[in-house]
Amino acid sequence: MTATIESPRSGRVAPQYRRNGGSRGNFEMIAWLFMRLSGVVLVVLIFGHLFVNLMVGEGIHAIDFGFVAGKWADPFWQFWDLAMLWLAMLHGTNGVRTIINDYAEKTGTRRWLKTVLYAAAVVIILLGTMVIFTFNPCPVVDGVALPGGFCPA
Amino acid sequence: MTAEIAEPASKVELPAGVGGGGEIPTFDVHLRVRRYNPEVSEEATWDDFHLTMYGTDRVLDALHKVKWETDGTLSFRRSCAHGVCGSDAMRINGRNRLACKTLLKDLDTSKPITVEPIKGLPVEKDLIVDMEPFFQSYREVMPFLINKGHEPTRERLQSAEDRERFDDTTKCILCAACTSSCPVFWTDGQYFGPAAIVNAHRFIFDSRDDAGDMRLEILNDKEGVWRCRTTFNCSEACPRGIQVTQAIAEVKQAILARKI
Repeated sequence: MTATIESPRSGRVAPQYRRNGGSRGNFEMIAWLFMRLSGVVLVVLIFGHLFVNLMVGEGIHAIDFGFVAGKWADPFWQFWDLAMLWLAMLHGTNGVRTIINDYAEKTGTRRWLKTVLYAAAVVIILLGTMVIFTFNPCPVVDGVALPGGFCPA
Repeated sequence: MTAEIAEPASKVELPAGVGGGGEIPTFDVHLRVRRYNPEVSEEATWDDFHLTMYGTDRVLDALHKVKWETDGTLSFRRSCAHGVCGSDAMRINGRNRLACKTLLKDLDTSKPITVEPIKGLPVEKDLIVDMEPFFQSYREVMPFLINKGHEPTRERLQSAEDRERFDDTTKCILCAACTSSCPVFWTDGQYFGPAAIVNAHRFIFDSRDDAGDMRLEILNDKEGVWRCRTTFNCSEACPRGIQVTQAIAEVKQAILARKI
């Protein structure tokens, strides 16, 4: 006859070892590398952006609708702002993804938070990209130019 | 080669009034120990002990004094009691240390000294935790020499430079002070943890070992080195002074260098 001695585990935290070979792949490595590289590029882009907007010429006093419209008429600044938008959004999204992975304890919570995060990132990236490329400083609605004081009459 | 200067004979200056051996100073300590007994209650509680200890005593001596003279039900692990076996890692005043290497006089004895089990691993009783998740990660990185070449008839020779490459990570005593100080490990029990990476590092950078690629592939996992947030808790906790965070960074670089 055999007696079963109960395992002296605390029962509060059941140790589960769910690691398996299924999660292999280079995604985490690429994400880690992207954070470092995009971080370096963003430092240049953001400080360049701040310098041009706030320091050059009249500096902060020159910023108005016309200033932004003028910048986006130039493909160079279109590309600069596009790169800044994409890199900052992906960098930030990946950072928050990391924080969710680190701190959300329940699988359900983690999944839910990440869904909201990715949805927000996609909307902002698409909307921003659309604005940069379709921006029209002199919109004409029903044959009437919208007031702005900037567009040639 | 320079001639070595002979070490002078050790000499202890005693004050005039003291005859024979110098008297060791004593002081009172207030020890607060985290107690947990699943057979009595699911809740962990604090127990207070007031002890008179000597200036040469360590936290482990205080725990012994409690267990041997006051409360025999106090449970904790210890084996060698001299900082080599790595059995008595615990959270003393909020920091992971070995009880056998922490002198009471180095702690603030004007306040209670708190002793808790290490975090992130399931507590079994009082200061004893289930080390199985820790050792599972350790086993997964294959912490043994794998050599595909012919077995030499004598020992496998290695240059001093090659040996130096992984010298730091050979010091690990598997006490789990690093892994149980890691905030990522606290919330995600699936993370390999610093200790497993340190022990993988010890073989990855060993010139005699041939399975470095396999270990790098294992640590390139979602729960591998990329979960490290370089908070340096592990380097601070290590009782052997291993630069754990640096070792993890070296493994990250080795994975990158191999893939790119």
